[in-house]
Amino acid sequence: MSATSGYDEERLGELLSALPPAPAGWVRAAQELPAARLGLDEIVERARVDSEFRVRLVADLETALAGAGYEPTDELIEAVRACLPELDQ
Amino acid sequence: MTMELSDAQLVGRCRNGDAAAWNELVERFSRYVYAIAVRAYRLAEHDAEDVFQDVFARAYERLGSLRDDAAIRPWLAQLTRNACVDRLRSAAREQPEEEPSAEETDAMLERLDEALDVHDALDGLSTDCREILDRFFARDESYRTIGEALDLPAGTIASRISRCLGKLRENLEGRKPDPDPSGGL
Repeated sequence: MSATSGYDEERLGELLSALPPAPAGWVRAAQELPAARLGLDEIVERARVDSEFRVRLVADLETALAGAGYEPTDELIEAVRACLPELDQ
Repeated sequence: MTMELSDAQLVGRCRNGDAAAWNELVERFSRYVYAIAVRAYRLAEHDAEDVFQDVFARAYERLGSLRDDAAIRPWLAQLTRNACVDRLRSAAREQPEEEPSAEETDAMLERLDEALDVHDALDGLSTDCREILDRFFARDESYRTIGEALDLPAGTIASRISRCLGKLRENLEGRKPDPDPSGGL
């Protein structure tokens, strides 16, 4: 605790006002990181061991992801490309 | 999670892959990271959002490298500062703008640290008190909105805020509040 005295109502009010909530969508996205990472790990691993899946990813990344049950968000597509640069070759 | 975990306990659980603990960690520090970005570094919302996601992504990836689990708060503060400075410098290359001085950001970070201590002390209050103080001060809601949301007469909100602030001050000063049969209001 930085200070434990001198907390009059005005000061407490100022300090409480200093921390507004972050937008709910931002918080939710940050909370979903582990699940998103898990999905990414699965996709990368499958692309390495499943040549047919890899061919589908190269042909049409978005459709291949959707067909495999993943929601092809821009973030996921970008992350898969970053992990599998061979998709762009 | 029914019992409040310490920061160190929370970090330990996150490191073991506990998804609920990660949710709690993000919830616990989301206001702090957000306030550093928008108040200390005055980032625009879209830049602050990128910084916010970047900080938690880095925290998730690098949690294993944190040497002292109890030091998660200063560690997150440093990750946020670095991300904000990177963002400002990258923006300045396109459109030069004055960066807040180190003295200004240090003073604001000190204030935000104290604000987080006070925010944490809300946990020692009744749910109604927490809700009223958070809605009025942090969410900037009117007496009327608070009254409607909590089904309380708007004319009583000011006095309830004052009573709840008194209880918060008692908590912060380590004094035991008087027993309150009304449930905190």
